Amino acid sequence: MKSLSRLNAIIKKEVLQLSRDRLTFGMVFGLPIMQILLFGYAINTDVRNLRTAVANQANTHLSRQFVADLRATQVVRIVETVATPDALEGLLRRGTISIGIVIPHDFDRRVVDNNRAAVHVLVDGSDPTILSVANQLRTMPIRFDTTLQPQKKQDLIEVRPYYNPERRTPVNIVPGLMGVILMMTMMLFTAVAIVRERERGNLELLINTPVSSAELMVGKVTPYVAIGMLQLAIILGFGQLLFDVPIRGSVVDLYIAGTAFIAANLALGLLISTVTQTQFQAMQMTVFILMPSILLSGFMFPFDGMPVIAQYIGEILPTTHFIRLTRGIMLREAPIAELTSDLFFLIGFTLAAMTIAAGRFTKRLD
Amino acid sequence: MADEFAIEARGLSKHFGDLAAVSELDLDVPRAQIYGFLGPNGSGKSTTIRMLCGLLTPTKGSANVLGTEIPGDSRTLKPKIGYMTQKFSLFGDMTVQENLRFIAEIYSYPRADRDSRIEELLGKYDLRDQREQLAGTMSGGQKQRLGLACAVLHHPELLLLDEPTSAVDPQSRRDFWANLFRLAESGTTILVSTHYMDEAERCHRLAILDRGVKVADGTPQDLQTRTGMNIVEVIAQDPYAAQAALDGIAEIASVTQLGVRLRVLIPERHDNPVRIVETLLAQHGVTGKTSLSAASLEDVFVAVTMKARERGQ
Repeated sequence: MKSLSRLNAIIKKEVLQLSRDRLTFGMVFGLPIMQILLFGYAINTDVRNLRTAVANQANTHLSRQFVADLRATQVVRIVETVATPDALEGLLRRGTISIGIVIPHDFDRRVVDNNRAAVHVLVDGSDPTILSVANQLRTMPIRFDTTLQPQKKQDLIEVRPYYNPERRTPVNIVPGLMGVILMMTMMLFTAVAIVRERERGNLELLINTPVSSAELMVGKVTPYVAIGMLQLAIILGFGQLLFDVPIRGSVVDLYIAGTAFIAANLALGLLISTVTQTQFQAMQMTVFILMPSILLSGFMFPFDGMPVIAQYIGEILPTTHFIRLTRGIMLREAPIAELTSDLFFLIGFTLAAMTIAAGRFTKRLD
Repeated sequence: MADEFAIEARGLSKHFGDLAAVSELDLDVPRAQIYGFLGPNGSGKSTTIRMLCGLLTPTKGSANVLGTEIPGDSRTLKPKIGYMTQKFSLFGDMTVQENLRFIAEIYSYPRADRDSRIEELLGKYDLRDQREQLAGTMSGGQKQRLGLACAVLHHPELLLLDEPTSAVDPQSRRDFWANLFRLAESGTTILVSTHYMDEAERCHRLAILDRGVKVADGTPQDLQTRTGMNIVEVIAQDPYAAQAALDGIAEIASVTQLGVRLRVLIPERHDNPVRIVETLLAQHGVTGKTSLSAASLEDVFVAVTMKARERGQ
């Protein structure tokens, strides 16, 4: 009976302490809700609405009919119409679209020609899921109102995968993995950085010295920038050595993107550090951001396949933008000058998070 | 005025929600003296010290600390003060020397003199042998010496010490106070909080805090001579019986037992205090020796907190 009373005491104490730690208590509800939403929405192998641009050089009744049919499939979402195949390639490289559709001048004649494809589908093949979706287009019929569809040797629609002709998964995974690994380590390092000093009592000493908030913040994260660079090099090295992941673009560009991303995560970590009271809470917050960063960033599932709400959430995560940058630079040979919107997002995110963190961290105890 | 006093506070108050941690505190701390805050836990000592160095914003009132107005921008103040918390707040995973060097750099101590200053401090605070030791593995007394060395490294004009001796042995406390006197002699103003009576007695001046209110201040001698109480000391065979005999009597303000001795406080307005006590003891058949005694600081503390509480009720 005594044992029962002691057991009871421990249980009551745990519940009491848990209920006083508001953040942890919130996580009891927050984590499962977030997880089920994330997994439910993000895991969607039925990818639709791939961003697509069309270069309709024929511009005939038949070709317009074809584009309308294409739209009706809902496999593609036509976001842009351009004049030339070159323009399509540019859009692909910049990551604006996943699919480019070329309808040549002699489209009408090609439709009845047995030996030539009538339509070229240019696909960003770095993501095998997108490639397989694009392949579904191949079976699409092209209706000629007046004639019967002839039997052809050559498919009417020819799919040309770009960037990952061997369709190897690591080629797509490794650039994304860089983002996830960097985020995990960078954010965690700094998330606990200030909280740890608060817990150990160092902070009260530090804030009574002439050190300014900004000096403290910047000084704390600077060593981690170097660590992040090192990690970047390790992942790149192993990616190339073991999985033959190409770096088609410039390594300098990659490091520019990497620096911006590392800074964004360090700033986010600092922000976490200023809103949490214990290292344990800081870890939980990190996990809370880590999950959507893996699931909604386009790392595991194609961004286009996610519902709009999930895409909005994905858009505010630095990892999403970094993965776009790395895939662009490493796989599609895009110069960073063509990927500025993602780069600027990361820089803006860093500045905003740093400002909020420094503002929240006053050199006071009240 | 600013030259005479290192700290001048007027009506300084701090409330945490409904709790008044410090109320209407007036304070004049003369330069180059050791000024003590004496009070039990929760009397507002730490809160006051934190307000004076700009860590907490006063709810009401203001202070002038070394020419810097509080509340206000305390940045100009930081280089002029040294602060030592109750809890060891240096870096446990760095060596003694690394900690000192870090502090020297944080305070932008002139580069050319850094090493010699650190050497000097290692010698002064008896840390030469611990130079390469991780601070976290040191004894309480050593940690405290390191804390003080770091707090004074940049030659602060004002040293704020928040219960610096609460975690060290009596010998370390004596050494610590010897260091404080040396610093005061060389011109440093020291504000130190304590709940030890013997430490309070060493201060040049003293403020007694009780539940956020300053109930008395002055030199220790001053405070001892104007308690408004006569103190009768009783040495009894059976101190419990003696205490029972004296309890709840209108003329007696308080009875405190110290081993076999009882300190009986009787307000000065009652004549012949020794007779009062002797009569009461005789009535209860308790034998004991009674004598009039000079007030100790503990008597002062009991007397002033009691008076303040009576006023409050």
